[in-house]
Amino acid sequence: MTRVHDMGGRFGDGPVTPESEDAPVFAEDWHGRALAVTLAAGFLGQWNIDVSRHARERLSPRDYARFSYYEKWISGLADLLVESGVLTVADLSGVGSDDPHPLSARVLKAESVAAALAKGGPADRPSDISARFKVGQIVRTVHPAANRLVDGGHTRLPVYASGATGMIMRLHGTHVLPDSNAHGTGEAPEPLYAVVFPASELWADPENPKDEVVLDLWQSYLERA
Amino acid sequence: MPHDDPDHPHALLPPDPALRVKALETILTRKGLIDPAALDEIIDTYQNKIGPQNGARVVAKAWIDPDFRKALLKDATPVVADLGFYGRQGEHIVAVENTPDLHNMVVCTLCSCYPWPLLGIPPGWYKSDAYRARAVREPRKVLAEFGVTLPSETAVRVWDSTAEIRYLVLPMRPAGTEGMGEVDLAALVTRDSMIGTGLPKVPS
Repeated sequence: MTRVHDMGGRFGDGPVTPESEDAPVFAEDWHGRALAVTLAAGFLGQWNIDVSRHARERLSPRDYARFSYYEKWISGLADLLVESGVLTVADLSGVGSDDPHPLSARVLKAESVAAALAKGGPADRPSDISARFKVGQIVRTVHPAANRLVDGGHTRLPVYASGATGMIMRLHGTHVLPDSNAHGTGEAPEPLYAVVFPASELWADPENPKDEVVLDLWQSYLERA
Repeated sequence: MPHDDPDHPHALLPPDPALRVKALETILTRKGLIDPAALDEIIDTYQNKIGPQNGARVVAKAWIDPDFRKALLKDATPVVADLGFYGRQGEHIVAVENTPDLHNMVVCTLCSCYPWPLLGIPPGWYKSDAYRARAVREPRKVLAEFGVTLPSETAVRVWDSTAEIRYLVLPMRPAGTEGMGEVDLAALVTRDSMIGTGLPKVPS
């Protein structure tokens, strides 16, 4: 099964509260700081985006539910820094060494920020795995939704769309597979598709028979229907 | 307040979030692993330089230039990159067009994926549990909370951003905007209209 972050379709969260388009980008100063520390630490190159997403998802369900958005970021980052060996438990406790860190040569400097952000990190890769499905073909997502490589590991197939029948809408090319990449076992690129599902396939009581949900799904999440 | 899960190292940091960020920033800075001036630069970038004005320019251009619109809908990434909009969280862009028959709306149920180079950092509601949980199951009720009511003949297509593809909604050009130029049109394009939870402004 997946984890607490996988909340699509859940009941009980109450109304969405829209904000003015003029509201500050960061509601509190520490929000911007949390984002910036997380991005800057990422540029040390010790993990990839799938590892960092998984770190936030692995917060305990209790922490995940009660933390605000940027608290999840900063807490996931602290856990990741220790797990990846960048910091020690002593460092986080405030009794670590102040000696120069072996990774300090990689520090992101202010003058490199614009170029680093503009460069991005594309996820498409060449792959030996050819596309099994064609646009217009009917497919079914695997059930249950779970990482098939690592028990309890990261996956991007939400529970609400597991075991559902949909249609291939678009082939996005071959992309890094998060189920592998989040666990340091390689990028394992494979075909990625946009798959469209009628709302009635996903929900017991859809709002309108015309409505649809589209998900981006890797080939190994799909089987012939 | 309950203690954080003790198996996780983050519990060693101060519980107050602002102090927790400050503590981690201080530790990393002391070790030479982050440069506080770089943090200021990142914050300035997303606070002042990259935001929905970028996406609005793309939409306005698509409204007035049929060739641009066609290229955008075919393969948006190089088209928006030509305008200088590329980079982190915008490496693979797909533009989806609203029509009288179809309304598109974007969510990330698993986290908060969002087209940063075009729209900047997502607003709080986009990252909220309520939006993530409900946008896929009851998009019309969510739209009503944004003051948007669609005819029942219009299908709603919700895009759940489960991979590294980032979606930009191309809203319908409002009536009464014939003859308006790109800059004036861009001023009508709201952030929410490019997520699909709103509609563009109508000219006054």
